Amino acid sequence: MLPKPRYLPAGESALVVEFGDTVDPKIHDQVLALDAALQHAKWEGVSETVPTCRSLMIHFDPRRLTTEALADALAGLDYAAAPPLRRQQRWHIPACYDAPHGEDIAEVETLLGLPRARIIDLHEGARYRVYMYGFAPGFTFLGGLSPELMIPRRAAPRAPVPPGSLLIAGGQALIASCAMPTGWYGIGRTPVKMFDPRRERVFLAGIGDELCFERIDFAAFDAMSTAAEAGEFCARHEYLGET
Amino acid sequence: MGGGLRVLRAGPGATIQDDGRHGYLRYGVTPAGPMDWVAFRTANVALGNNDRAAAIEVPVAGIEAICDGAPLAVAFAGGAFVWRHDGERLPIAARLLLQPGEVLAARAGDSGAFAYLAVEGGFETPATMGSRATHMRSAMGGIEGRMLRAGDVLPAASTRRLGGASYEAIIDAPWLTPALDPFRVVLGPQDDYFAAETLREFFAGTFTLTPAADRMAYRLDGPDIAHAGGYDIVSDGTALGAIQIAGDKNPLILMADRQPTGGYPKLGHVARADIGRLAQMRPGETCCFRAASVAEARAALFAREDEIATTVARLVPLRRALTSEKLFEANLIGGVVDPLGGE
Repeated sequence: MLPKPRYLPAGESALVVEFGDTVDPKIHDQVLALDAALQHAKWEGVSETVPTCRSLMIHFDPRRLTTEALADALAGLDYAAAPPLRRQQRWHIPACYDAPHGEDIAEVETLLGLPRARIIDLHEGARYRVYMYGFAPGFTFLGGLSPELMIPRRAAPRAPVPPGSLLIAGGQALIASCAMPTGWYGIGRTPVKMFDPRRERVFLAGIGDELCFERIDFAAFDAMSTAAEAGEFCARHEYLGET
Repeated sequence: MGGGLRVLRAGPGATIQDDGRHGYLRYGVTPAGPMDWVAFRTANVALGNNDRAAAIEVPVAGIEAICDGAPLAVAFAGGAFVWRHDGERLPIAARLLLQPGEVLAARAGDSGAFAYLAVEGGFETPATMGSRATHMRSAMGGIEGRMLRAGDVLPAASTRRLGGASYEAIIDAPWLTPALDPFRVVLGPQDDYFAAETLREFFAGTFTLTPAADRMAYRLDGPDIAHAGGYDIVSDGTALGAIQIAGDKNPLILMADRQPTGGYPKLGHVARADIGRLAQMRPGETCCFRAASVAEARAALFAREDEIATTVARLVPLRRALTSEKLFEANLIGGVVDPLGGE
């Protein structure tokens, strides 16, 4: 039996429902179940929910809902059986590990004592789960990275990586949606835009979706980049589970 | 014809803001919105606008804009800035009519970090994902997602026939006056990452705003706030006013441009009622904190909102110097045009 969540205030206008303090699919499943239940329930005053690896943040209008009333109502909510918000999908994201992309591979080789080919195989071969977005629009946090690629974050951020960079650090993988300085290591790059406000589908993957990488070469990267710029997804996806 | 403001000069950091980009936090989208929601709302309420109306957030570096095309009703409020209408000094918060060709200019004054220049109906710059709020890091909202610069044209949703002298008014908003009261803090969600003694030191301490203060976060300097355990938590959600304590043991308070999730322990949250006052601090100024219950923070928020709602009832007629020919002219024209009814 899993422990009951903790209800923790985040000011007078938000409440954190914390299911654990680690990155774990069982904890994440509970976060997603509560998120789905709340989205279905459409409670008066709940303005926005933010799922993360281990908790759900609920933003609300304190004029219409209080922290106390919300925590009481949540304690009585049977969310385990809530139907998911949408069917889970698997995304196939093209990934280019050829120079000049993945500028930090040499550094990772030294830090981990692994050959380049092994690092790429491990990164490409894993099956990931989209745990959350954060930091910037479409900045995709993935769980499922091979433990062999466990590498701590840098002590100080490196110079900005380009959009689409595939990053690793702290046992997680990440798809960077925009250029920014980072404490993570860039080992590849995808032409896919996980976020594009000009596209009808602004964000590709849903939280809880599966994701894997498919290796492409430099020429394919360039061709796909052009297509992605024109609004194409450049990523295959299929639905999982029963039809 | 449509009217608007054309920017003649904009100091670094001038942006368009509405009440923020909502509904996409789960995808990593920053809400943005005004740094001082209290002053922003006061300026809008003075014009009969709601919070979705976009206004200009004026930084200490100031702004200068000219009325283009048609008369406009504008209002401004915020820090103690120096405002001038065609050179004539105005109060720190006011509602007035601008005629085409007239120039409104603001620069920082005695105190405060932001002022808001609102226009009747709001500025109609393009919306991205349901909001006109500028977020520069993700290049969304405002004009091309950037800060304003000379030459930018900001169309206004509505233009105003001249309303007569009574329209021009001083905004008497004592809730915008700087105060030294401690900022109220609701503990959590990670207050258990700190020893009770550390929390006592936090509430007893005096903190100074460092120059590392931007729309994303304000970094304070004061007594060291040490974590009882580690500080590298698995990220959870963030809310406005979150007091993060990172490895350097200094508070980092998340402001309008905060990222929606964050990975440092959050000792507590500054009550929303006090966020505007916090936003108006300048680097070098000091502050302190006191603990408040959720119920107290909520009551303080309602009290603040109720005060803002009195803005129109508290307006005081703005008497200009008799030498101001412009105003005199405006009054006369107002008297002539008004009886004609609509445009």
